[in-house]
Amino acid sequence: MKITVTVNGTTYERDVEPRTLLVHFLRDELGLTGTNIGCDTSQCGACTIHMNGLAVKSCTTLAVQADGAEITTIEGLAQNGELHPMQKAFWENHALQCGYCTPGMIMAATKLVENNPNITEEEIRHGLEGNICRCTGYENIVKAVKAAAAEMAGGD
Amino acid sequence: MSRYVGKSMKRVEDPRFIQGKGKYVANIHLPNMAHLAIKRSPYGHARIKSIDTSKAKALPGVIAVYTGQDLIEGGVGKLPCGWNVPDIKVPDRWPLTPDKVRHVGDGVAAVVAETPYIAYDALDLIEVDYEPLPAVVDAKKATEPGAPLVHDNVPNNISYTWALGDKEACDKAFAEADVVVELELVNQRLIPNAMEPRAAVAQWNAATEEMTLWTTSQNPHPIRLLLSAFTLGIPENKLRVISPDVGGGFGSKIFHYPEEIITPWVARAINRPVKWVATRTESMMTDSQGRDHVTHCKLALKKDGTMTGLHVQTWSNQGAYISTFAPLIPTALYITLLSGLYKIPGIWGEMWGTLTNTVPVDAYRGAGRPEASYLLERLVDLAAQELGMDPIEIRRKNFIPANEFPYQTPVAFMYDSGDYHKLFDKAEELADYKKMRQEQEKARKEGRLIGIGVAGCIEASGPAPSAVAGSLGSAVGFWESGKIRIHPSGKVTVFTGSHAHGQGHETTFAQVIADELGVNIEDVEIVHGDTASVPFGMGTYGSRSAAVGGSALVRSAERIRAKMIKIAAHQLEAAEEDMVYDQDSGKIYVKGSPDRAKSFAEISLAAYTAHNLPEGLEPGLEETAFYDPANFTFPNSAHIAQVEVDRETGEVRILRYVAVDDVGKVINPLIVEGQIVGGIAQGVGQALWEHGVYDENGQLLTGSLMDYAMPRADGFPHIEVARTETPSPHNPLGVKGAGEMGTIAATVAIANGVMDALAPLGIKHIDMPLTAEKIWQAIQNATSGNGASGGGD
Repeated sequence: MKITVTVNGTTYERDVEPRTLLVHFLRDELGLTGTNIGCDTSQCGACTIHMNGLAVKSCTTLAVQADGAEITTIEGLAQNGELHPMQKAFWENHALQCGYCTPGMIMAATKLVENNPNITEEEIRHGLEGNICRCTGYENIVKAVKAAAAEMAGGD
Repeated sequence: MSRYVGKSMKRVEDPRFIQGKGKYVANIHLPNMAHLAIKRSPYGHARIKSIDTSKAKALPGVIAVYTGQDLIEGGVGKLPCGWNVPDIKVPDRWPLTPDKVRHVGDGVAAVVAETPYIAYDALDLIEVDYEPLPAVVDAKKATEPGAPLVHDNVPNNISYTWALGDKEACDKAFAEADVVVELELVNQRLIPNAMEPRAAVAQWNAATEEMTLWTTSQNPHPIRLLLSAFTLGIPENKLRVISPDVGGGFGSKIFHYPEEIITPWVARAINRPVKWVATRTESMMTDSQGRDHVTHCKLALKKDGTMTGLHVQTWSNQGAYISTFAPLIPTALYITLLSGLYKIPGIWGEMWGTLTNTVPVDAYRGAGRPEASYLLERLVDLAAQELGMDPIEIRRKNFIPANEFPYQTPVAFMYDSGDYHKLFDKAEELADYKKMRQEQEKARKEGRLIGIGVAGCIEASGPAPSAVAGSLGSAVGFWESGKIRIHPSGKVTVFTGSHAHGQGHETTFAQVIADELGVNIEDVEIVHGDTASVPFGMGTYGSRSAAVGGSALVRSAERIRAKMIKIAAHQLEAAEEDMVYDQDSGKIYVKGSPDRAKSFAEISLAAYTAHNLPEGLEPGLEETAFYDPANFTFPNSAHIAQVEVDRETGEVRILRYVAVDDVGKVINPLIVEGQIVGGIAQGVGQALWEHGVYDENGQLLTGSLMDYAMPRADGFPHIEVARTETPSPHNPLGVKGAGEMGTIAATVAIANGVMDALAPLGIKHIDMPLTAEKIWQAIQNATSGNGASGGGD
């Protein structure tokens, strides 16, 4: 099937097998390997991307469902060489260790804060339930999201 | 003197991870690459009557299909055991099993195809005719008469037995005890679940007959050795193993796995690059798992709370095969830790390593040590309850005093250093322990179930003196290598045999070397994980990187400084012994005349121009050191958890968690705290949620993240972390391991907290995981005499 997808500002036209998962399309067809795969049941959230303004798990989305969509992956989050406040906050707060869940975690957290600028710790913890990190114990992730929320609010 | 060591520096590796530029194995794409998938057993135990691969082979896009027999005929070897305790029976383990499947997930055939999708389609077309056999999954029941045999040549399913301690002193302690407390417990099976599933990519160069294997390993050099000497047969000088960024390991990526053999074997067979990536479910049924002990233990005490004896019997589930280091875990990393923080004269520990129809078990974060801490600290709490003592009071009464280090325990280890009273002083203060107890008293009167869990734990980290490891059964040495290359421009490349998969070596080792040489940290690059560039290495596990790998780098840096001093002395026409190496700036000057000096960059260049070197001194500036540790290091911890059990639902909520750890000197507090907190999360996971469950047929019931309860962000409070510091006296950095202490202590701190909460109901023990359902049931059973129905909705 032919699909047209805009990813990180570039429009791609591709012919894909109908069963192709969006995450495989991004990784194998477009070479955007920043989006990781951590499970096969939509539990871990490592593959989270932004599609049409929503945080979406790309392992449970078919590429054909993304026809006509605007997608941002972790590679497209920094703008003009400037890290997104969420990326900076993850770095500054040691919110990652092995880094594998990080792209999905950052993409999920970014939408969480965009949708709720005055987010509380409890809301962050609840909102990130769909993203599993095995390394950090979440402590510094929560800290980072709070810090990023403050910076994102200040920047408006 | 140190500009960097001891400071919380942001990690230099992070920019690539936060931008999606991590170099994970699954991200590698090579031209003309083919894709591998493995057909796996759906049975826990079954005989393979026949395998028909014809339909799979006929599928367009399939390149080849191989069975276990094809691989054996193609020259693969059996997976070896790297830790041979006396009289161990190591059953055959082939990369793909040719005759019988022995656990769900055991590989029976491999497909290589043009795309991963086609490879998976082909798996469905392979017809395997199985004859299901009765299975055994329980570590102790496996030894009972009539239990199905996992391997016909291992009677009673007992692969090995091991014992340590002073049986006579132990018997005497129990004969003369005032009080004995006992526990029958299960330390449940865990599934490590590093977030990155295992993966392998292999590339064969037919012209040079060289193989390159990228694999998700914590220790690429030992994998190369095992591939070369046992399983693949390509000599080490023709085999390059690379472990680039690895997305977590927690022990599960130490071991040699079948896919590391099959992938390169197939790449050579079809002369194309080949890639294999596990799905999560595949990881859950093939990555070596953790814990799984059935234990009977008892502690003997005097009336005043003095511990006199400890007797432990453990049946340790090894799974269907003996994984690479499996026999190390329940022996030399378990029974040796039974003394804990205490002086216990009569300790006797014995264990049976048994085979079952489950996924093999090996090291998982803590590895033997959380199991030891769990039973000991549970027993100590039961004793405190029995004697009417405060849990901290009874612990303090039995601590090894700070002035008795080094301390020889009755179970082999010589503890290097520690101050356990100071450790608990800090924990009590931070937790405001007395007030916590008062609050508990008050809450109990209101009918609330509040508990305070105390854990005082020991760890042996930084394995190990190689000769000691050898005497205990190790097939390898446990030194580490470090190489430092100073470039003519004065830039520094550091090669370490340690491997980072989340620990941040690129930052901490750069801090160490920048301080050792007096250069800017930006000028230091850390290289690891590639057998072609790093001379040799033993990798990362057992919290050994700083203590052993860091020490090797310090030794290399000492040699670099010594050579630079020689060159500077020669050029400044001064005696070597009159030279001063300023580790703040890298400047080398004549004592008393700081202006008669050479800069680091000047000497670096001079070493390579070689225009004016001392007579007989070789040009170049590159040094390698191999460091064999003199002892393990012994980090220790005091953790206090305040929990509340909901009487109606059985749910546990952690109200506060205070962790004080002594991990010796700290290179980067930010990273160490991250390790401690992350470790705590895994300990809490075991205590409350995680359990790898098999049914009686060996079916893995928790084979996906929908069934296996991983810790998630909403299960935790803020974790309060602090440190005390008694430097390790035997390594140059004074460091102890920091990677596993959190897990070791948190498991039992939480369990003790929950049991303390339930104590007013007369509940003594519930096996982990302490799920709401189990606790609710225990509450119903305990209160049914008071009219509670125990049923209802």
